Amino acid sequence: MDYFAQQLINGLVLGSIYGLIAIGYTMVYGIVGMINFAHGDIFMIGGFIALISFLVLVSFGLTAVPVVLLIVLLVSMAITALYGWTVERIAYRPLRHSFRLAPMLSAIGMSFVLSNFSQVAQGARVKPVPPIITGGYTLHQGSSGFVVQLSNVQIVVVLTTIVLLAIFTWLVARTRLGRDMRACEQDQTMAALLGVDVDRTISMTFVIGAALAAVAGMMYLLYYGLVDFFMGFVAGIKAFTAAVLGGIGSLPGAMLGGLAIGLIETFWSAYFSVEYKDVAAFSILIVVLIFMPTGLLGRPEVEKV
Amino acid sequence: MSDDHCILSVDRLSMRFGGIVAVNELSFEAGRKKITALIGPNGAGKTTVFNCITGFYKPTGGTMRLASDGGPIALERLNDFRISKQAKVARTFQNIRLFPGMTVLENLMVAQHNTLMRASGLTFLGLLGVPSWRTAEKSAIEHATFWLNRIGLYDRADDAAGNLPYGDQRRLEIARAMCTEPVLLCLDEPAAGLNARESAALSELLLSIRAEQGTSILLIEHDMSVVMEISDHVVVMDYGVKIAEGAPHDVRDDPRVIAAYLGADEEEAIAVMESDR
Amino acid sequence: MGYVTASATDHKQPRAGIAFILKKALISAFVALVLFSLMIGIRTEAGPTGQLIYWTRFGELATLVAIVFVGSIAIELVRQWLGPAGASQLVPAPVQNGLAAAGRYVAPALLIFTLLVPVIFYRQRYILDLGILVLTYVMLGWGLNVVVGLAGLLDLGYVAFYAVGAYSYALFATTFGLSFWICLPIAGILASLWGVMLGFPVLRLRGDYLAIVTLAFGEIIRLVIVNWQSLTGGPNGISSIPRPTLFGIPLTPGPNGLAAKLGIAFDPTHRLVFLFYVILAMALLTNWVTIRLRRLPIGRAWEALREDEVACRALGINTTTTKLTAFATGALFGGFAGAFFATRQGFISPESFTFQESALVLAIVVLGGMGSQLGVALAALAMIGGFELFRGLEQYRMLVFGIAMVLLMIWRPRGLIGHRAPTVYLKQAQAISSDLVKEGHG
Repeated sequence: MDYFAQQLINGLVLGSIYGLIAIGYTMVYGIVGMINFAHGDIFMIGGFIALISFLVLVSFGLTAVPVVLLIVLLVSMAITALYGWTVERIAYRPLRHSFRLAPMLSAIGMSFVLSNFSQVAQGARVKPVPPIITGGYTLHQGSSGFVVQLSNVQIVVVLTTIVLLAIFTWLVARTRLGRDMRACEQDQTMAALLGVDVDRTISMTFVIGAALAAVAGMMYLLYYGLVDFFMGFVAGIKAFTAAVLGGIGSLPGAMLGGLAIGLIETFWSAYFSVEYKDVAAFSILIVVLIFMPTGLLGRPEVEKV
Repeated sequence: MSDDHCILSVDRLSMRFGGIVAVNELSFEAGRKKITALIGPNGAGKTTVFNCITGFYKPTGGTMRLASDGGPIALERLNDFRISKQAKVARTFQNIRLFPGMTVLENLMVAQHNTLMRASGLTFLGLLGVPSWRTAEKSAIEHATFWLNRIGLYDRADDAAGNLPYGDQRRLEIARAMCTEPVLLCLDEPAAGLNARESAALSELLLSIRAEQGTSILLIEHDMSVVMEISDHVVVMDYGVKIAEGAPHDVRDDPRVIAAYLGADEEEAIAVMESDR
Repeated sequence: MGYVTASATDHKQPRAGIAFILKKALISAFVALVLFSLMIGIRTEAGPTGQLIYWTRFGELATLVAIVFVGSIAIELVRQWLGPAGASQLVPAPVQNGLAAAGRYVAPALLIFTLLVPVIFYRQRYILDLGILVLTYVMLGWGLNVVVGLAGLLDLGYVAFYAVGAYSYALFATTFGLSFWICLPIAGILASLWGVMLGFPVLRLRGDYLAIVTLAFGEIIRLVIVNWQSLTGGPNGISSIPRPTLFGIPLTPGPNGLAAKLGIAFDPTHRLVFLFYVILAMALLTNWVTIRLRRLPIGRAWEALREDEVACRALGINTTTTKLTAFATGALFGGFAGAFFATRQGFISPESFTFQESALVLAIVVLGGMGSQLGVALAALAMIGGFELFRGLEQYRMLVFGIAMVLLMIWRPRGLIGHRAPTVYLKQAQAISSDLVKEGHG
């Protein structure tokens, strides 16, 4: 039972990170109907920028951890958001009304560009950082000696996720930008005729998605204490899996899917085998889609004849 | 009507989508070698009936019996492609669904898929190019050519279907459905978007299909001139139920039908009609 | 989706003067400065104690920003010089029509040249090797073309079938000592069985759901290969896979080798030439079968499925079996190519079967112009050949590949050959413009 509780905590933390990335996928899919294959690599870039800005701040002598973390968070969100904007501008906008496969391949190409760019720029080796947030709480001391722990990092990850989700939900539901986004999702032509700046709205979608991915990248760095240029691919696929599992286009679905994938992965590693955790995540995706072809919270597609 | 005269009998057909009842206990019959029109205001549930008959929807209740040579077929038990393959019911669509990137001739060849598939020995004999396959292919092309001549598109056989003018696309879709050699042809608004001359040509085509191929036709149509001119029997629907049926001219004068189309209630419609006289 | 915004962006750029160009370049340079500030300007590395250290690279940063500035001006000038239509005019219409007309002669010429490659380049082993590699990708491209180009089903996990083929051959050959020619059909059949297995769950899925499931499937196969060490050797792979023989005669030195039997001196290039012709024959077989299939009802049903699935069902076409046969056929060719890959390399490991391979093959198919056999061959030549040019710059290879992919898609979203050839005609076969051809929903 204790072991189970511990895995539940770990799974939820991992799931929060996946969920943050998955939102970027689902938003872009909802508005432009394409899989942004480069999104996983945007997450990776976010992790790198968090790492570099952290190093620079520390070397400048800043030692108050909360202040440092806040600055790192803002810097990495801002710069990564610009990456998202640039990717859309260069690789997707010229293909917006093209043949469906062209933007997808362009996105795959962009994903290669980003991951290899950071390999060239920062080297291929894994970058470790010492634990930045330490300490934690012991929730329960089991009779067998097993300890259920909740570390401070885990609290930070989950709290940040919740706060950001709240801001984000408010943004989509209450602001002009959110309304424009929902309008573009429904019908871009009509939205444009009604005075919505479609180009700007789509750009903003990429910017917000990238900013959330940057947060996920930073959380990943804090939680696992490392980044490498290849981490975007696997995390990206899993987050996309999460988005699809939750029902692509649905924002709560993305978070739910993220949590589901995080939990599946953690429990599978804990109770069966670590090697096959990704196989388990992907297999469950396939099984879910067989029975629910539009995911857990996706709108069922009504076939129009 | 007995089985000899009736090709399709729909009995208490119902179709619900969640809480919405699109078709409610609808019963009607379509005569063999006759043209039956299904009319009614927009949203009356006509296309839903079509989708049930042609296997795109599974009805929530009721039966649809198709008289065929091998005994009656319960359409509600067949789904999807089997309706066309086994029950020989063909259809066209309200928004034309051709294969736009394939040529006109290719469209008609795809329609003969099941015949050709058998002839090609499930592809294997065809891959080897055995003579029997070649004859089958030749006769399929001849069959397609026959229909191209019927719809007057012989000269455009090698053009992409997507490049044809609208009216030609409508006729091609009918020809494509006929290439499956159906016993019942279901047409969803075949005259929509056609000009007067094209409508007249369409009426002629449908009458000749009935006369020469002996195919029974079920038709959804808003163009009353077409309906009045060619149908043998008219069924009127509104809000998912049948409100009238009969010979075209009887139906036209039925106050309930006029009320449904004018959106007024029955008494008002009668009043309107009486004041006309 | 409408076209209002598309045209709006195209016409927004006035043919303005220097001020406009400079402003645009400055914005680009500023964006580049922010993007590269931390990623290029600061380099991190784990120091000797494991602690991360960093140093600055402001020189490189400045150079890159300057390049972006100058490049932006250059692009803008080129764009103004070409006129508002921009990229689409890069290949003028007469040239495109000329290409289409020349297409009739390109294919036979290319075939004759390919047949002669081992004669012309007999002394250049490198070129022969490259030729074999290109032909392997041509074959993979043609195989995937059946699924993506004809049936319109998006498959991002094609490499799985390549892997199944390679591992089937490697395992059968190393465990049971079966020869390449016996294993080849087995590998193909096993791969196509896997194709059907993948096909079943994805039958109901459309579009991007299909894409992600096929991707997941490819990853599952790879992960199983990595982790099932007792069977596959895990990350170490399988080595000393037997080389193919000519009707049982090995191409080795020694008294039993082919050279000795023919009474000529042994030359290791013989094997290379042999492999070249083997893969050429396999690729041509793939091509022949695909061209035949397109003219058979099954091939027409695939294309009809790509055009409109609902209409197919209304015409009595069993879409389930049609999709499954497309997956199975594509997988069959992938399996053959995999078996060949294993015998050519003599060593296989999971590293050869990553998502990058799937993406590469898909890029070849899309760049070729979906459904065009010649286009796929040309695209494979361009992609693999271009890839080889960067062999010396290992680090930058994938980076350049990614940039090329993006640029090629922007330049020619419908691929090199943008026409579809009809499969049957009454009077004259006319190429159908790709604007009409659908790309499938699956």
